[in-house]
Amino acid sequence: MERDSSINRKAEEFLQVFKKGEEFTKELLRENERLRFRVAELEEALTRSADEARARLYEERIRQLEEELRSLRERFSQVEEENKDFAAKYLEVEEENNNLANLYVASYQLHSTLDFNEVLRIVLEIIINLIGAERFAIYLMEERTNELVAVAAEGLEVASIPRVRLGEGIVGKVAKEGESYFASSTDGTDDLLSPIVCIPLKIKEHVIGVIAIYSLLVQKRGFSNVDYELFNLLAGHAATAIFSSRLYTQSERKLTTLQSFLELLKEKPRR
Amino acid sequence: MPNILVVEDSPTMRQLISFAMRRVAGSRVIEASDGVDALKKLSSEQVDLILVDINMPVMDGLKLTSLVRGNPAYKDIPIIIITTEGAEEDRKRALAIGANAYLTKPIQTQELIKLVNSFTQG
Repeated sequence: MERDSSINRKAEEFLQVFKKGEEFTKELLRENERLRFRVAELEEALTRSADEARARLYEERIRQLEEELRSLRERFSQVEEENKDFAAKYLEVEEENNNLANLYVASYQLHSTLDFNEVLRIVLEIIINLIGAERFAIYLMEERTNELVAVAAEGLEVASIPRVRLGEGIVGKVAKEGESYFASSTDGTDDLLSPIVCIPLKIKEHVIGVIAIYSLLVQKRGFSNVDYELFNLLAGHAATAIFSSRLYTQSERKLTTLQSFLELLKEKPRR
Repeated sequence: MPNILVVEDSPTMRQLISFAMRRVAGSRVIEASDGVDALKKLSSEQVDLILVDINMPVMDGLKLTSLVRGNPAYKDIPIIIITTEGAEEDRKRALAIGANAYLTKPIQTQELIKLVNSFTQG
């Protein structure tokens, strides 16, 4: 009897120990489950945090690139503007260069000879080819009569151009006052006293003649800056070239006459 | 290296055009004072382009153009007329004879250089 009750007690104790073990195992399984969940949570948080960091990094990089792009666009616009400026300046320099070449050639040709007729021909060439005049005349002052006499012309017969008194019409007025005249319109005119352009030929302040332009070539619509430069050049350089060549030609003629006279004198005693 | 024949009776214009042509890359300028002189130069020099005035003594630019076009040895040489004659009929006549381009005086140097480059640079 007593033995039975001892077995029952031991069985009871074992059962209790077993139940405790079962509970402990269940508790361990729950804890395990909870920890797994926590690990999963942490892993997810970690991943999320890495993605966010990466996203932040990318955003920062994008911002930097956008800034760089904006700055490059700005620089590009600046360079484009500078290029336009350079292109415009290049064109200006080219135009200036061409104008200087025209002036150089005109000046070079004017002073390339001491032959009066040759100088007049060069002046005509410059006015036709570089200025684009169609009808014009070169008048020179005749000191003896104080009148302007046409010595060369284009599109007009020199012999048919009447003499002009000093102060008469625009031609005479330009010769008297020594100031260039430019009509408001470049339409041609038949009035020989009222040209569309009249330039005094001056040596210092002394007017030796004028160039009067009556019409321009059909393709010439008006005057450009280089035309005014050419007019200035003609006023001074053509005047000097015409004056010095005329003096040279006159002195050559005188010299020839004197030489002939001397030859005659030398020959006389022999006869 | 293009050889450019400048045919012009006016020494001023000849010098001016030659001056401008020196700015065409690698070019060499040959000058002639009229059509006959130009034909002589054509027979003795290799010419790649002709710039010619119309109004010239001895032989004018139109006559020279038609002779050049009629000669198998020179017929392919581009010809640019440079003249004071600004009327449309003058332009048409020159182009009909065989000129490749027609420029009126006073010339715009930049325009001339651009035109010459368009022929010499292919």
